Amino acid sequence: MVKVRFTSNLERHVKTPTAEVAGGTVREALDAVFSSNPMLRSYILDDQGALRRHVMVFVDGEQVLDRSGLADVVPSDAEIFVMQALSGG
Amino acid sequence: MSDRLLAATRKGLFQMVRRAGSSWRVDRTSFIGDPVTMVLSDPRDGTLYAALNLGHFGVKLHRSEDDGASWSEIQAPRYPESEDGPSMKLLWSLELAGDDRPGGLWAGSIPGGLFYSADRGDSWELNQPLWDMPEREKWFGGGYDDPGIHSICVDPRDSAVVRVAVSCGGVWESRDHGRSWKVMCDGMFAAYMPPDRKHDPLIQDPHRMVQCPADPDMFYAQHHNGVFRSADSCAHWSEIPNVPPSVFGFAVAVHPKDPETAWFVPAVKDECRVPVDGKLVVARTTDGGKTFAELRNGLPQDHAYDLVFRHALDVDETGRVLAFGSTTGSLWVTEDGGDHWQSVSNHLPPIYAVRFA
Repeated sequence: MVKVRFTSNLERHVKTPTAEVAGGTVREALDAVFSSNPMLRSYILDDQGALRRHVMVFVDGEQVLDRSGLADVVPSDAEIFVMQALSGG
Repeated sequence: MSDRLLAATRKGLFQMVRRAGSSWRVDRTSFIGDPVTMVLSDPRDGTLYAALNLGHFGVKLHRSEDDGASWSEIQAPRYPESEDGPSMKLLWSLELAGDDRPGGLWAGSIPGGLFYSADRGDSWELNQPLWDMPEREKWFGGGYDDPGIHSICVDPRDSAVVRVAVSCGGVWESRDHGRSWKVMCDGMFAAYMPPDRKHDPLIQDPHRMVQCPADPDMFYAQHHNGVFRSADSCAHWSEIPNVPPSVFGFAVAVHPKDPETAWFVPAVKDECRVPVDGKLVVARTTDGGKTFAELRNGLPQDHAYDLVFRHALDVDETGRVLAFGSTTGSLWVTEDGGDHWQSVSNHLPPIYAVRFA
């Protein structure tokens, strides 16, 4: 199973418990999370299904570069971490 | 008379209530720290809606059924997936769809999509007929990178008649609840454009458009070029060139019962968006724009640099109580049509929208 964790900064907006899901690609793993937590999707992906501009995804510490297709292969025991930048004042 | 006021700001939603002695005070806060771009109170069922723009995390929509004591996130409008399709950048306007359409809501957005919900925001649909108009491709951004729909006027006589104003893209009318649209900018002009494009309806930049509830044929528009008025439901617009101390601004409000009375909050000009001479003024006409009064009583007249955004001026159902908020976080209320203003706060976050509830 793939473990999917989210930045704690999201917790003030939406519940983001660490999930254990099946999925062979980043897209499949994230879709599996969103299927049980649909409100979370729009915080991570834009309307067209691409990663939001300042959101980054790491698979076992490696940054995902295919930000629109999310086709990177995910090993079955991988850990996916979703984070973002914070800014403003 | 309204006794509750909502202010959507850069860092939260604030509710003000009217206390004894006409004193308005902050009574409740929500979403502190988060940008709230629009708020809507629905008297048909008592619901409050708040649109947020969380930046990195996108545009969100929340609903409250207990006057803002608690909120639930609901589905925000979003653009359908398609090749090179856009994403929602800002939920810029939110309006009721009419008394005969309970739960019906319109939402205008950047980058230019108009959305409709028939179920209190549980689901939204992009208005495809307007989105698919070939002219829509010629819309362009004003202050933002992309065009946006900031004003939605549902005709109180017939909720199928809807008019929207676009920065930049003119004024559009549907008479069949959004199934077809036509542009309605005759008489508007933009002197700053190349001469052969000056009257082009698709480059017109109405900053804000309002419709008089008691005389729904009467519209006022604060345009980038100046102020315009239409007495025939947007079929023809005429310039009001004499708004003191300046014709530039964003906000406009029209009296709910008197179509000849309207208020504006002028700034110097487009490249210098501050009050003229650092003195904050509300301009009021009571004769359809022939003459104006400059209302200053209670407003700062010394080094004031408050700019009032397009949604940050509102008038209640009596026409006597108005409120406006500024980019520097100041909020004022009048209970006599603008003759006297009282300061509610001078240290709120920058104010995007003000609405009586």
